[in-house]
Amino acid sequence: MEHITVVGASLAGLATVRALRAQEFEGRITVIGDERHEPYDRPPLSKEYLAGTVTEEDIGLTDSDDADLGVEWVIGQTAASLDTAGKAVVLADGPRVGTDAVVLATGARARQLPGGFPQGVHTLRTLDDARALRSELVPGARLVVIGAGFIGAEIASTAAGLGCEVDIVEAADVPLQRPLGAEMGAVCGRLHARNGARLHAGTGLAELVGETRVKAVRLTDGRELPADVVVVGIGAQPNTEWLAGSGLEIDDGVRTDEQGRTTIPEVLAVGDCAHSYRDYTAGWLRLEHWTNALQQPAAAVAALLGREHSAPAHHSVPYFWSDQYGHKIQFAGHRRADCTVQIEEGDPDSGDFLALYLNSEERPVGVLAIDRARPFGQWRRKLAKRP
Amino acid sequence: MILVGELAGLPPGESVRVQGEVAIAVFNVDGELYAIDDTCSHQDASLSDGWLEGCAVECPLHAACFDLRTGQPSGPPAKKPVRTHAVSIEDGLIYVHESTRVTVGGAVVEEVG
Repeated sequence: MEHITVVGASLAGLATVRALRAQEFEGRITVIGDERHEPYDRPPLSKEYLAGTVTEEDIGLTDSDDADLGVEWVIGQTAASLDTAGKAVVLADGPRVGTDAVVLATGARARQLPGGFPQGVHTLRTLDDARALRSELVPGARLVVIGAGFIGAEIASTAAGLGCEVDIVEAADVPLQRPLGAEMGAVCGRLHARNGARLHAGTGLAELVGETRVKAVRLTDGRELPADVVVVGIGAQPNTEWLAGSGLEIDDGVRTDEQGRTTIPEVLAVGDCAHSYRDYTAGWLRLEHWTNALQQPAAAVAALLGREHSAPAHHSVPYFWSDQYGHKIQFAGHRRADCTVQIEEGDPDSGDFLALYLNSEERPVGVLAIDRARPFGQWRRKLAKRP
Repeated sequence: MILVGELAGLPPGESVRVQGEVAIAVFNVDGELYAIDDTCSHQDASLSDGWLEGCAVECPLHAACFDLRTGQPSGPPAKKPVRTHAVSIEDGLIYVHESTRVTVGGAVVEEVG
């Protein structure tokens, strides 16, 4: 194997390149990225970067050691198709990048509302999105966030801190039900009201009002919320359309095994675009977690190069965090619909706490903490040691 | 010199946060004491809440690892080291000697105080 191409130049793509060199691949590496920026860290885009407390330089992912990686960066170019028989990635403007193996790390993109919208309506996924939104979040601006998921909640939190008037609209009765369940979703949802943002749950978006520029958001319950800025935070979808016809199995992402191998030899997928088998849940999950994008590539590279790889046991436990209104929310494991919640420490009604999610056999399969980082870390490791 | 507390109160595997000019995390690794800046160089997180693995601590939020002896990060997401501080024990009490920041030609170097 002489030439490996990585499609995607964000955290998972960069982690793939680092893993290739760490595992002593000495051949050519090409990285194709459709954004015009060097790899950068996305989590701060809704938090510190949006708040203006860190710079673009601060969120750059590459450091001085990466200069030695010997990578050919093809930045600002979109991969248009994957020719698996001809072993090439075809770029949107025509050129073919011939390659012996491909690692797909194309990530996900913000889900958009259908149709066109007036100015002042944003999504947040990329640095360019964050730049555009940041310029509009001025003190006193009226922000309406559509969707009270983690990204929407973080933007609401940051905007409230910037002195904006914040309303959050959530179609479900309780936010964050899918990842956290109704009980803990409600606990997290209460953070908004405690910090001066208004959560309107159980009502959906009917219409964005405004001709050239957005003026208000009309809700399905008939109310109208005045708005200078609107952010649509209704989830993300994997960037896999370009792989149609490649022969890969696409089902909410690229289907892979635990190591990121697809059904086609020498084609692997990692990070947000990968719908991978997980030993932890004994099933397939597509994870949009930062830690997954950071850690999955080393296993995939080992599989590709035929190397041994053993990650710390707790890396197998899905993990994400969210920072809202100065509180650190952390979750590890996987909640199933039949889980019950048991408060292990603290009190969700008054402040910091740690809760366990027990499965039908009363065994802990997930842990949620707000501002309890130390016991959370211990529980995250305990979850990894399941019989 | 900052008084941390009694040695008996910080058994092996444990860590504690004390306030100097900045917050400092003190660790007991199998009887050896180490002190580093408490705030992760990556993002706001308290390393004294982190996970000890040998002579390294893993940041409780984003899993950046730091060598307690040198303050150097062992991998992403941290790019910058944290300062290390000298620790001494007198009469069963732990003290931290906070390093001072010295700027030389625009670069911050450290000097054990």
